[in-house]
Formats: sequence, C-alpha cells, structure tokens
Amino acid sequence: MTVTAEVGAARTRKEDARLIEGRTTWTENITLPGMLHLAILRSPVAHARITHLDTAPALREPGVVAAFCGRDVAEVQGSLPCAWPVTAEMLAPPHPPLAVDEVRHVGEAVAVVVARDRASAQDALAAVEVDYEPLPAVVDLEAALAEGAPLVHADQGSNRAYTWIFDSAQAGTGGDADAALADAEVVIRRRYRQQRLIPAFMEPRSVVVDPTGEQLTVWSSTQIPHILRFFMALILGIPEHKVRVIAPDVGGGFGGKLQVVAEEFIAFLAAQRTGKPVKYTESRSESLMSAHHGRDQIQYAELGARRDGTVTALKVHLLANMGAYLGIITPGTPLLGALMYNGIYKFPAYHFECEGVFTTTVTVDAYRGAGRPEATYLIERLMDELADELHMDPLDLRRRNWIGHGEFPYTTVSGMRYDSGNYEAATDRAMELFGYEELRKEQAARRGSGDRVQLGLGVSTYTEACGWAPSRILGQIRYAGGGWEAATVRVLPTGKVEVVTGTSPHGQGHDTAWSQIAADQLGVAFEDVEVLHGDTRIAPHGWDTYGSRSAAVGAAAVVQACQRVVEKTKPIAAHLLECDVGDVEFSEGTFRVRGTPEGGKTLADCALAVFVAHDLPPGVEPDLDAEAVYDPVNFSFPHGTHLCATEVDTETGRVSIRSYVCVDDVGKVVNPLIVEGQIHGGVAQGIAQALFEEAVYDEDGNLLTGTFVDYTPPTAADLPELVVDRTETPALDHPLGIKGVGETGTIASTPAVVNAVVDALRPYGVHDVPMPCTPERVWRAIREGGKRL
Amino acid sequence: MIPLSFGYTPPSTVDDAVRALADAGEDAKVLAGGQSLVPVLRLRLAAPSVLVDLGGIAPLRGVREEGDELVLGAMTRHADVLHDPLVARYAPLLAQATALVADRQTRYLGTVGGSLSHADPAGDLPAVALALDATMEAVGPDGARRIPAADFFVDYLTTALAPGEVLVAIRVPKRDGWGTRYEKFSRVAQSWALVGVAAAVRRDNGGIAEARVALTNMGSTPLRARAVEEALTGVPASADPLTAAAERAAEGTRPPTDVFASAEYRTHLVTVLTRRALAAAGGVHAA
Ligand SMILES: Cc1cc2nc3c(=O)[nH]c(=O)nc-3n(C[C@H](O)[C@H](O)[C@H](O)COP(=O)(O)OP(=O)(O)OC[C@H]3O[C@@H](n4cnc5c(N)ncnc54)[C@H](O)[C@@H]3O)c2cc1C
Repeated sequence: MTVTAEVGAARTRKEDARLIEGRTTWTENITLPGMLHLAILRSPVAHARITHLDTAPALREPGVVAAFCGRDVAEVQGSLPCAWPVTAEMLAPPHPPLAVDEVRHVGEAVAVVVARDRASAQDALAAVEVDYEPLPAVVDLEAALAEGAPLVHADQGSNRAYTWIFDSAQAGTGGDADAALADAEVVIRRRYRQQRLIPAFMEPRSVVVDPTGEQLTVWSSTQIPHILRFFMALILGIPEHKVRVIAPDVGGGFGGKLQVVAEEFIAFLAAQRTGKPVKYTESRSESLMSAHHGRDQIQYAELGARRDGTVTALKVHLLANMGAYLGIITPGTPLLGALMYNGIYKFPAYHFECEGVFTTTVTVDAYRGAGRPEATYLIERLMDELADELHMDPLDLRRRNWIGHGEFPYTTVSGMRYDSGNYEAATDRAMELFGYEELRKEQAARRGSGDRVQLGLGVSTYTEACGWAPSRILGQIRYAGGGWEAATVRVLPTGKVEVVTGTSPHGQGHDTAWSQIAADQLGVAFEDVEVLHGDTRIAPHGWDTYGSRSAAVGAAAVVQACQRVVEKTKPIAAHLLECDVGDVEFSEGTFRVRGTPEGGKTLADCALAVFVAHDLPPGVEPDLDAEAVYDPVNFSFPHGTHLCATEVDTETGRVSIRSYVCVDDVGKVVNPLIVEGQIHGGVAQGIAQALFEEAVYDEDGNLLTGTFVDYTPPTAADLPELVVDRTETPALDHPLGIKGVGETGTIASTPAVVNAVVDALRPYGVHDVPMPCTPERVWRAIREGGKRL
Repeated sequence: MIPLSFGYTPPSTVDDAVRALADAGEDAKVLAGGQSLVPVLRLRLAAPSVLVDLGGIAPLRGVREEGDELVLGAMTRHADVLHDPLVARYAPLLAQATALVADRQTRYLGTVGGSLSHADPAGDLPAVALALDATMEAVGPDGARRIPAADFFVDYLTTALAPGEVLVAIRVPKRDGWGTRYEKFSRVAQSWALVGVAAAVRRDNGGIAEARVALTNMGSTPLRARAVEEALTGVPASADPLTAAAERAAEGTRPPTDVFASAEYRTHLVTVLTRRALAAAGGVHAA
C-alpha cells in the first residue's frame, strides 16, 4: 500500500457539503419539547439611573410565562467574568448580566420576558415599565481621561482602568527609549486612531438552556464551550459536573464569540426560574449594539532613527477603550500586541505604555488579530513615514532594519524569541508577483502628468505572535487561563478513527485538517477519520479556538496523541508478528518486522485483535486509545510581505484597490485550500478596517451604525482579486512546523492598504488619512495637504 | 426582529386593492416587493393593521408602449426593468440606474412602484423619474389621477399619494436618441447613494440642445438641477462648458450630513459627478 501524504494536500473540506446543503445544527435550529423563548429589553440610553422598573405588566400579555429584571436576580446572577486583570491595581467594576440600578451603554440588558413563542416575548417587552434618570455619557477616550470627566462607574473613582508598562531597559531586553530618542538624528512622531470595529459574525449569537436533565445543557453559538462551562460553574454556583456545554455548528466568530455573554447567563436564569428549556437568539440590530466591539484605540508613537535609516528607538503610548464593562479579555486585548510593536525590526530600545479607559459604550474585546493588527499598523505606517522623511524606498528601509534570515533564532527588544523566519524570501517573491518596479514607474508617470487618478504602493512586512499560548507565559502576564490543548485519538474495532479535539471550530475546517494529520500519522484513509469537538461531554478538555491557536497548539496535541497510539500498538503488532517490540517498525500505516517488507499488520488488524482480546501479550490492556495534552513552549511567528496598489481618485477621494499580493509564511501548510481561505477572509477584514468599517457613537452614546446599512462591511464586489502565495519556513517549536494562519491576513493587510493610500497622495502633502479611508476623508486630506500637482 | 402582528390581504385587482385599503382605514399599507417595507416592520418603526399585497395583480407587472409614452406597471421588478427591450430603447437611463440599485436578490423582489412610493431621498429611481419627466398614475377611492414627478415627491419618505391610493403605473415619455447616464457614488458597492446624478442630454449639430439633470440625496426629495440645465442649453458639447455648468449642480440643494458624509463633501461631490454624468451622456471626452 502506498500512502500519499495528506498533510499538504489541497483537500476540499469535508464539512462543506453539510454546510452548503443546510444539514446544519445552528443553535437557533434547536427545538426542545416545552421550550420557551426570551426577549430582552435593552437600554435605549447610554448612561442613566434606573428609577423605576416594573415587569409585572408584561406578565399580563398573551403567551408570557415569566418576566424579570436585574433587581429580581441581583443576588444570583453573579458578575460576568474578566479573566485578565492585567495589573494588580486594575479597576474591575462588577459586570451584571442584567443591569440593576444603572445602565452604562446603549443596548445593555435591562429586563427579560419569557414567553411561549418568540413573537409574544418580543411584543410583551413594550409592557415593561422603566424610567431612566439620565447621567452624562462619555464616549471619547481622551475626554474620558480629562479632569472632571463624568465617571462611568462613580464608585471606582476614575475612568482609567489600568496603566500597563513595558520598558526594554527595565526588562533588560534593550536600552532606554527616551535616551535613544534624545540621541536620534530623526524622530517620527505620529498619532493614529484604531477605529471601533464590530466583528459582525454571520450567525447572530444564540443560546439554548435546558434545565430538565441531570446535567444542565447549554447550547451556545460560542467559540469557547470549555471556558463557558468553567465560568458558569464558578460564577453561577452550578457544580461543574452538572453542566454540559455544546457549541454546535457556529457561524463565525472572529473573536466576537470569544466571550462569556450576558445572554448566556440570562438564559440560564430564565431556565432556572421557569424549569423549562429556553432559547434566545439575538437580532442583527441587537448583535451590532450589544455583542462586544473591537479595536478603538488611540496610538501615540515616536520612532527614532539615524539618517542612514537605521532605527534606534520606539516609544508607544496607547489609550485603549474598554467600553463600560470588562469582558473576558478586554484589558489584555490591546496588550496582545504590546510585545510586537517592534515588528520584524532590530530595535535597540523600546518603551510601551497602555492606559485602559472606561466609556459609556459596549465592551471592547478581541476581534480578529486582537492587539497585533494595531501593533503592525503602527510600526508599518511609521516605517513608511520614516522612508518618506529620509527619501528612501520603503522596502529598502525595511531591509536595512529587519532580522536577517541568518540571525534566527532572534530575541527581540521586547524579549520575544522569534524561532525562524525568512523575510528576504517572502519579500522577493511578493515584489516579483506584484511587479513592484513597473508600478513605481507608472506612479512616476501619473505624478508627472497630473493624472486625476493617482497610484499608490503600500508595503506591509509583518510578523505576529500566534499559537496562544505557553501556559507559563500566560501566568506571567496575569492571564487567568492556560494555553495548552488536548486531543484524544480513539481506534475503533474496524480500524476507523475518532479524533477528539479541545479546539472548537466555527468555520475554520478543523474536521478536515485534523483528519489529514491523523491520516498521515496513523496511516489510515482520510475518510476513515471522524473529528469530534465542541461538546464538553465528548471533548471534556480544551481551551477552545481563538488567537490562531488551533493548528499551532491543538494540532500538535493531535500529533502527539497519534504517536502515542502508534507506540501503544507496537507491542500488540509485535505479538501478532511474533517478533520483539524493538524490531517493529511503523510506516505508511503498517507495522512490520524491521527489514521484512512482507506480512505486516495494519492498525485495523491490531484494533480487531484488541477488540476481541483473545490473544494479547501478558499485561497489555485491550485498548489502543491515547490522549495528549500539548502545552506550547513558545508562540509561533508567521510573517510575510503584503503589497497593495491603490488607485485614488483625487477628485472624489474614492480608493480602489488595483492589485494585492500576499506572500505569507505560516510554516508547514496542512491544507493549502484552507490556508488560502483563511488569508482571503483575513485580508478582507483587514481591508475593511482600512477602507470601509467604523462603528460610530454620537456624543450621547447612541450607536449610529446600528444596522448593516450604516455599518458597511464590504462584499466581494468591493474587494480586489488577491494574489496569494507563500514561503514555507517551518516553526521550530511545533512537531509539524505549523505556525497558524487565522489572523495573519487581518494583521498584515490594513497597513498595506493605508500605506498605499498615503503613498498615492504624498505629492499633495498628505502624511496620513485616518481610518477608514473614506472618500470624504481622502478628499479632506488632499485639501488639507495644501499642495497641488 | 419580528414585526408586530398584522393582517394580510392579497387582492387580485386594483379595485379590490383600493377597496381593501379603504376598508382597513388609515393604518393599512400597500406591500409591493417588501424590500423597504419589511425592514421597517421588523424594526417596528411602523405597525400597519393590514398589508395589502399587490403581488397577485398581474396587470401591474410589465412594460408596454402607449403612443409617445412607455408605461411601466408599478409592480414591475427592478430585474424586469434591467432586461426590458423597450426600456433599453426609450429610457436607458432607467435601466442604468436600476442596475445600480441594491444587490441582485433585492432587484428580483423590489419594484419600480415601491421605490417611487417609498420616496427615499437616497433611492436611485426618484431622481430618474424626475429627470425623465415621468408621470405617476394612481388609483384611489375617487378614481384615477395622474401626478407629474415634479409634484410627486413631497418630502422625506413622503409622496403626493393619499393614504388610500395605489400607484399603478409610471408613464415615461419616450426619448429616442438622447444620451443618458446615472452616476452613483456609494460607500460600498451594494449600498445607497451618498449622491447620485441622473443626466439625459440631447445633442444637436455639435451642441447641446436640451439637458435634464436630477440629483439623488441632495435634499429631502430628489431635485432637478435647473441651474445646470439652463447653463447647458445651447452650449457646444465640449469639456469647458460642461464643467462650468456642472459647477452649479449644488445650487438650491440642501444635502444631509450623516454617518457617511458631510453636507460639505456632498456639495463638492455633486459637481464632480454631474460633470462626469454630463460628459458620458453628452459623449464629451475628458470633461
Ligand atoms: C439591502 C437593500 C439595499 C437597497 N439598496 C437600494 C439602492 O441602492 N437604491 C435604491 O434605490 N433602493 C435600494 N433599496 C430599496 C429597494 O429598491 C426597494 O425595492 C424599494 O425601495 C422599495 O420597493 P419595494 O417594491 O420593495 O416596496 P415595499 O418595500 O413593498 O414598499 C415600500 C413603500 O412603498 C409603499 N408602496 C409600495 N408600492 C406601492 C404602490 N404601488 N402604491 C402605493 N404605495 C406603495 C409601501 O406601502 C411602502 O410604504 C435597497 C433595499 C435593500 C433591502
């Protein structure tokens, strides 16, 4: 039997037929006998004291079974978890699932109606009586920190949740940034704004809670069934073994479902009070205003360099919007990039400071890339600004400063140890595919002729840290969770295989990728592997899916478990082959006596022998299954070069992307189709930040972008054809050399696009266009630049 | 979200529809393609007692010729308009604008009559109706009447239709040999216009004999750009006079400031788009 390698093969995804044909179990599809439906009354105002709230009138409405508000459950509802107290002094105000006395953002849950059908629940909300006494809203980050600003949480005494500092001189990883800036021949100072974004997953959040069984069963459209189970047990006081959490088919998350949400707790409270299964599914409008948002930071930066282009110092000061309440990793989200602002460059000195700020807006938390898009944006924008200042080509400047291929492993100024990388190879390939030199010529010609459509070339040579995360490091940075991942491999009597994973896919294709890995490791057919996940009864151990960790951590556990199966099988194979265990070798799915090509035993042969257990070696248990828990020793560092060419209509300000090339190095590729899909989606979201999306609150804290008419995610019609290629430099700290690809596209692309926009407009005196680079903003930047061609 | 509950009547003739509306009183609403009305219901911004669905009234759908006019049934879908040979020949501006309305799915359900009755100032077809001097044909309890486009759009989301009236047809004068162009500028491909310009130009001996220009989303109703039209009449069909005329596009407009763009930007944008629309419609290069 010749076995072709599965890892690396462009297999179409095994889950797709089911998804396309609608044979899916979304949480919303779950219907249980006697099930009740919830509707949630949400605050229409940003900040107010609740002076009167009466749910009793709703009880008189048709079909209504129960109605309650925060005061009714104040003693039992607990406080939603924040798992990342980034400093010992961090302010962590209570986060009630249902507001009790005060509301602090539009969309905050205020009261609940439980009815026999969804429409009745919705209708009865109008009968709930509630009076608000307005309190001042504070939406703007800098206004919230100003002297005398209205407080979001009066009892906390401040809107500043924390200040977190990294300093390379103090950490012993580099020099003193202030001193280096003082000595620098050139200093670039900039202020950038990471606008507020909405993850806008396709499937709205939905939860079903069934209290009628021995175990409380919770179905939720979540990325984190294991973490949810843990926190429901811990906070709501349900014994952990009495809770089962299932993440059935989940339609996207992008970090937006990496959250323990009020609605999950509220559904539990409703189920507990009625003794019936209950369901809640949010509308799109509810989702846009009450599911957590992303980014929303102001970045101040100073970059020091010598006139020859060598960078000498980087100083970053962030203001990060927390929203009104801390979500599960709200405080840590901006810090996920703290140690990556230096990018791929050899900075000798670095200082980073971040202030977390409360505002009367919905929680801000992880959104695809979380922290690293902001870091990459800042450094890649600054490198372009420096290149402009020094009249250097932006790629030449980067080459002068990046870590050379021969210098790995390299410990950066922030103390991160980059295991491997080849920035030269990725950049050369990208330039070739892009036609960099030709485009520069065309740009010069258009500038020369005063063309109303100007061409801009944008560069982003990025890296990021993914594979969250070594548990030991998580502990050091005060994160309350671990970062290992678990896998179980079960060999069934007929030789078919079940792989149980602690990762929880919601669109990524783990079923396919894990099958490919197990097929190679065990020498079984791809079709003979079933991947099980997303149910704490089936997959009890795991840390779920986010932070590009599933392949980088979870797949390593699958490899280890498979290897353990092989080791466990060897004594049985030896017994069947009548040889010494030491003489058994395993390759291409067959156990053979070393040096004897004929007469081997397959895994299936051994599985059957184990199943009947008629003739096993003494002391060997009839079982081939194996478990593994893999705790990574390091992050992995995908990198790559993205090049973007934009055409900017200088009359209207419209930006069109003419071509986009990405050459990514995500280490060993398990499935090129999945990798390309991840890059396509990631780049789309990164372009969306650069050009299209922004969540906007008015001064009073009303969300102005509360529907998809106003919050404008691009569609295929707005996006360019992507040229996707890659280099493969294996990660050294992963058994298969995998790095992770879930966030690279988003992290890399935003600065590539904005750099291209600014590059097009440099002759007009433009140094920046705030994101998203809408036509109006581009038009204003040209006017304010004050120069004409 | 879920709409409040409502009654539903599917009449099979216009008379039945008018009667159903009269019976149901003030709170009844006509349902056409539902592409604007259903979202309004779902957001509970309206709570009609009864929806009178025109979908089953076959004669309301389709395009025919009547003398010097094209008659579009109110229930003609956007997708029908796109593929209609009479529209292509006599009112290509309508097809050009319709091609830019929403997305493919919406175009299969949304109707010409619904778009005009809804009278969203950001909608693309009202400006086209204005530019083409269309006439609306409505039937109500007191019989049929015709309303010129210029009188039809009264205010934001408000038309001259009385509550019990049904728009049954749109009459468009045939324009053979006019050059036309709809310039739409939006944030993302499948969204509403920040600004739109509908232009129709008739050339004569190298000059511009007549021009019709109407603007989308430059006020609470679609607006005729009279100043531009006047500035164009009789000028040579060349770049400079077109540009000069287009500069006047914002005269008399009151564009909104919203989350997408400021009034100031719209005021600028409308001149650029008008110039481009006129150049394309007038066959003038490089204006
Ligand atoms: C996602 C999306 C994007 C869109 N983008 C655009 C766009 O870019 N440009 C654009 O122009 N439009 C856009 N639209 C609107 C679309 O063109 C709608 O089809 C149109 O506005 C309404 O037509 P309808 O047939 O669906 O009417 P309905 O939604 O059924 O009705 C709209 C209103 O008109 C009334 N009405 C309808 N027909 C009649 C009649 N015959 N007599 C009296 N009253 C009537 C109804 O009572 C209701 O008040 C978009 C819609 C959607 C859903």
